[in-house]
Amino acid sequence: MAVPIAWYLILSAALFSIGVFAFLIKRNIITIFMSIELMLNAVNLAFVAFANHWHQVSGQIFVFFVMVVAAAEAAVGLAIIIAVYRSRETLNVDQINLMKL
Amino acid sequence: MHLALFIIFGLMCLGGAANLLLQRHPINSALSLIVVMSSLAVLYLLLGAEFLALAQIIVYSGAIMVLFVFVIMLLNAGEEERTHGSRAAYLAGIPGVMALFAVLTSTFFTLRTSFGSARLGGFLVTTEDLSRVLFRNLLLPFEVASILILVAILGAVVLAGKER
Repeated sequence: MAVPIAWYLILSAALFSIGVFAFLIKRNIITIFMSIELMLNAVNLAFVAFANHWHQVSGQIFVFFVMVVAAAEAAVGLAIIIAVYRSRETLNVDQINLMKL
Repeated sequence: MHLALFIIFGLMCLGGAANLLLQRHPINSALSLIVVMSSLAVLYLLLGAEFLALAQIIVYSGAIMVLFVFVIMLLNAGEEERTHGSRAAYLAGIPGVMALFAVLTSTFFTLRTSFGSARLGGFLVTTEDLSRVLFRNLLLPFEVASILILVAILGAVVLAGKER
């Protein structure tokens, strides 16, 4: 039985909203970073669903590049988290309020 | 078959995402994010993206999440402290998220007939199709992406390396 594309898009919207919500209420910097990854994944699902709808490969190419950039972003972001933890000794975002290390 | 798999793995996605939100320990959040990413790989497979399904498993639930778990263990991150964030995040953020979800869902729901439906095997992009587009039409962006990864590796080593 076929599944409407709209259901995939609604699932993607739900995942994105949960990601934004977690980004706002979480206080641990690593969990906040993980909710960004969740939002990227939700958008990827929407891209693949649209690629299926229009029978275009380019939607999947977009997802490929999003994955590449997400990998680079995760590596640099986690390195920044390690550097912040070294100087602040905390992962709570409420106590990380200065740009200066 | 398609509907059953969609419902099972869609619910697993939503459950994992909700668990990420509810858990207070970062390692539990990371493990539930792995559940979300692996179920998304199955959904990609249902939508006919076989290369992306494998890349999702290998890159996301493999490499990126291992990096996350590694950093959580390296920093010995404990339970999240119960502090209150900014009031603006609660006052404007939560209704904003609700509004975003409502707008997106109502838009997709009203357009549901024009979107049509996905049939299993109706549109299958093999690795060959994908790489034909990637290496013929988009070779320059591909090479630029590899340079981006190289710069990111150097940046990560410089940022997380020994203190000078």
